[in-house]
Amino acid sequence: MALLSRSRYTQEYICQIFSHCCKGPDHQTILFNHGAVQNIAHLLVSTSYKVRMQALKCFSVLAFENPQVSMTLVNVLVDGELLPQIFVKMLQRDKPIEMQLTSAKCLTYMCRAGAIRTDDNCIVLKTLPCLVRMCSKERLLEERVEGAETLAYLIETDVELQRIASITDHLIAMLADYFKYPSSVSAITDIKRLDHDLKHAHELRQAAFKLYASLGANDEDIRKKIIETENMMDRIVNGLSESSIKVRLAAVRCLHSLSRSVQQLRTSFQDHAVWKPLMKVLQNAPDEILVVASSTLCNLLLEFSPSKEPILESGAVELLCSLTQSENLALRVNGIWALMNMAFQAEQKIKSDILRGLSTEQLFQLLSDSDVNVLMKTLGLLRNLLSTRPHIDHIMSSHGKQIMQAVTLILEGEHNIEVKEQTLCILANIADGTTAKELIMTNDDILQKIKYYMSHSNAKLQLAAMFCISNLVWNEEEGSQERQDKLRDMGIVDILHKLSQSSDPNLCDKAKTALQQYLA
Amino acid sequence: MWQYILCKKAPHSPPPGFHHHASTITSTAMSPSHRSHVPFMVYDFCICCILSPLLCLVFCGEECCLGRLTGHGKTPKDAASVRATHPIPAACGIYYFEVKIVSKGRDGYMGIGLSAQGVNMNRLPGWDKHSYGYHGDDGHSFCSSGTGQPYGPTFTTGDVIGCCVNLINNTCFYTKNGHSLGIAFTDLPPNLYPTVGLQTPGEVVDANFGQHPFVFDIEDYMREWRTKIQAQIDRFPIGDREGEWQTMIQKMVSSYLVHHGYCATAEAFARSTDQTVLEELASIKNRQRIQKLVLAGRMGEAIETTQQLYPSLLERNPNLLFALKVRQFIEMVNGTDSEVRCLGGHSPKSQDSYPVSPRSFSSPSMSPSHGMNIHSLATSKGSSTHFSGYESSCSNGVISNKAHQSYCHSKHQSTSLNVPELNNINVSRSQQANSYSSNDVDMETEHYSNGVAETSSNGFLNEVDSSQLRRQLCGGSQAAIERMIHFGRELQAMSEQLRRECGKNTANKKMLKDAFSLLAYSDPWSSPVGNQLDPIQREPVCSVLNSAILETHNLPKQPPLALAMGQASQCLGLMARSGIGSCAFATVEDYLH
Repeated sequence: MALLSRSRYTQEYICQIFSHCCKGPDHQTILFNHGAVQNIAHLLVSTSYKVRMQALKCFSVLAFENPQVSMTLVNVLVDGELLPQIFVKMLQRDKPIEMQLTSAKCLTYMCRAGAIRTDDNCIVLKTLPCLVRMCSKERLLEERVEGAETLAYLIETDVELQRIASITDHLIAMLADYFKYPSSVSAITDIKRLDHDLKHAHELRQAAFKLYASLGANDEDIRKKIIETENMMDRIVNGLSESSIKVRLAAVRCLHSLSRSVQQLRTSFQDHAVWKPLMKVLQNAPDEILVVASSTLCNLLLEFSPSKEPILESGAVELLCSLTQSENLALRVNGIWALMNMAFQAEQKIKSDILRGLSTEQLFQLLSDSDVNVLMKTLGLLRNLLSTRPHIDHIMSSHGKQIMQAVTLILEGEHNIEVKEQTLCILANIADGTTAKELIMTNDDILQKIKYYMSHSNAKLQLAAMFCISNLVWNEEEGSQERQDKLRDMGIVDILHKLSQSSDPNLCDKAKTALQQYLA
Repeated sequence: MWQYILCKKAPHSPPPGFHHHASTITSTAMSPSHRSHVPFMVYDFCICCILSPLLCLVFCGEECCLGRLTGHGKTPKDAASVRATHPIPAACGIYYFEVKIVSKGRDGYMGIGLSAQGVNMNRLPGWDKHSYGYHGDDGHSFCSSGTGQPYGPTFTTGDVIGCCVNLINNTCFYTKNGHSLGIAFTDLPPNLYPTVGLQTPGEVVDANFGQHPFVFDIEDYMREWRTKIQAQIDRFPIGDREGEWQTMIQKMVSSYLVHHGYCATAEAFARSTDQTVLEELASIKNRQRIQKLVLAGRMGEAIETTQQLYPSLLERNPNLLFALKVRQFIEMVNGTDSEVRCLGGHSPKSQDSYPVSPRSFSSPSMSPSHGMNIHSLATSKGSSTHFSGYESSCSNGVISNKAHQSYCHSKHQSTSLNVPELNNINVSRSQQANSYSSNDVDMETEHYSNGVAETSSNGFLNEVDSSQLRRQLCGGSQAAIERMIHFGRELQAMSEQLRRECGKNTANKKMLKDAFSLLAYSDPWSSPVGNQLDPIQREPVCSVLNSAILETHNLPKQPPLALAMGQASQCLGLMARSGIGSCAFATVEDYLH
């Protein structure tokens, strides 16, 4: 750092050393704490192009995923100009491509780190168009890869930027060209070029997939446009079985992004039997691929997805159940999530398969998972399993004891409202069963808990508890009289009377309906 | 039905909603001042509509800040387009305009694009041959066809749509709210007109031809193309064989130096590049001597020297001799010619033969006999080693007012230099203007200004004018005036003789008339013909004489370097006329530093 005031060669090389050595947030912090920002900032206006360029690279490395550095950068003044303005100047089209690309990276990283708003003109009108230009055919293959990756990162979470990028310079069509390497012409005529093409072919494909994934992350129209691109689904399917992990990962990401479209799930996903290569990817893949692939599978298992059936038949239950045992949290969530989707309005056999595959121990394991997301999805799974009366009775007859235990455990534990609500909904489903009802009625502990939640301060929990009561006191069902009596003795009717005066119309209605059961 | 609503910026102008019912109104051209500001888009600032039964419009002029169109049609038959009065000139390189959709009206059937002359204006752009458009309702592009191609997003109320024509590669792309949508058309024909078409009721658009800032950063796009064209020029393949190009460049530089008489530089250059100088050194020095005399205004001596050194030259060139004599007459009026100078008695040393400097401390560069001291083009600009005395300032950067004034006072009774700081060229000129002692003029700097720095010489002109106001005819001496009158009569006689021998020559006649006109004013310097007295007018004469001498040696009249520059400029002009857009981003000046 102290040497930075020396000759311009020293400046150039020091910046180069910094940008090559700085790996990860720890290094960024060390450099930042030693005044790297202030010391390097003025080099951006150096008379030497090489010094400017290396300083710029340094900033791109420092700002990456680093809010602290990025926030500082936006306010740094060099020669009376703010750093973002200097970066924007370096984006100008007459500047060398390397400089345009690197300054676009700096602005992208600052934006993603929250230091520049996504609707700022320097992003919308400067950085984004510059990155789209980097994807054009005129650029070198390396530049196209870097441009597409950076753009994918810039627009990843902002739908407005995704929309703008999707209409800029025919980007979606432009990306289709990324798959045309090595071209058939070069294969025959020019060995050197073939070699060059081959070297970059993987990089190009994965970059294109990444950018497609970002583009289609949120907007249905964009997804449609992407899928309508020539041979798009074939390319994804091919990408799923490529040897390069990077390409496979990017292809799965792209598929995941597109799988958020209900329409595409029903049409092109089905036409191309996407589930097949996807299931293959899920076998023995590294975790990073598994996370995205299983997440995609979640979408393919939604009840309206025509892929649901064949996926089940190909042994998905077993696979997903094993995922729930993973060390990796994201995989556990995705596994249980997929199972939850799978269980939704499923037939008896599937539900039994899930329960058998998962085992009660694993179910309890998941219910005591430290991650609330896993817990919620597990409860969701239970709720989906316990739907329609015959299923409820069937499952409760075999697993009733354990399930009741689990429910009690959660209602007694320290959990947030959503978890408790979900649990009460499970109880309500159980109360809807014919034989399963008795498991509640004979469990005074549970009944007391329901009573407690009827008077809870949270209306959602009150409502969920009311569903239980409503199911229990329902007329025209065997033994309804006894249940009504027992609940009256517990003081439930008094609470119902109170709730029928409630200002909450839902609660009020539900209470009145329940009271009517007593009158009949 | 259509109407065209105009809005003007000026407060006294008709309010928006003012309707033109006249059948056609033609446009006027833009003011040049505007042109320089937005050089590429002003041509179509004025919009003209040629719709017959439906209303017609047109508006133009600087006041117009808004071209607003409103649609009233119901069926495709009611569609109508307006088009700019002038086609897009190829020479502008890149052309851009924007249209803001004020209201999409009922259905938003709006088309923005280009069309050739003669295309049916009752249709949206794109539907017919030689017509191109981007339509708002479906976002399709229409390339001379009734069926569109999927192109971009749809556009509607509040959107700003831009249309950019690239005349270098004959393509067109659109922008929406400042974002480029990608190439829409390729292989466009020349001479297209910006065109906007509307179809359903309530459609209103505003056109912006550069009178307001654009939403899209067109400047940046132009920067890219300028860089591209310049890179293309820089990388132009030259010479097949190694070293050939280098040798040619060296020859050109060498011939330039020789032509202008920078003999020491030429010699040094030749030595270091292994070239041979085409002209003998003595000959260069002779030419230089004559040139110095001419530029110093000492025409009499110049003519005499020429006759001595090149005995038959002026005899064979009576017209040249005449031109020199006319100049001599002018210098007499000016009081600078040797013949009147001795009579005026201002400078006792005036008879001293050049090149010996009248003062020991004057610029060493004045003495061509010390060949090594002669500046090269480059060193005369930057070097400061000659700042030994203020007179040498002609070859240096800046001279202080005080030093200069004191110098002038010692030389001249009526110096009125009020310019605090002058650069080297100006200083050398002001000395010429203010004193007879033109020995101080530095040959090299003189030529530097002659060759390239045209603007600085022009800038100087004004300075001289002010200082010349107090000058007296022929330096104020009665004897000198008489000599001048006498010389004038000789000149008149010579003119008549020349006409008898060589026939009528209007150029000569005018030259003489202009020169004699100087005498019609009490203060010739501030008279309408006074510019003849300006030292800068010596340069053309000097250059003609120099060329004539070179011709006798079978050397080119014009140095190849100047010739190449002239050809390059001509070439660019030709490109502009033949519609080759890239000429917009290349000028010869860019390559002269």
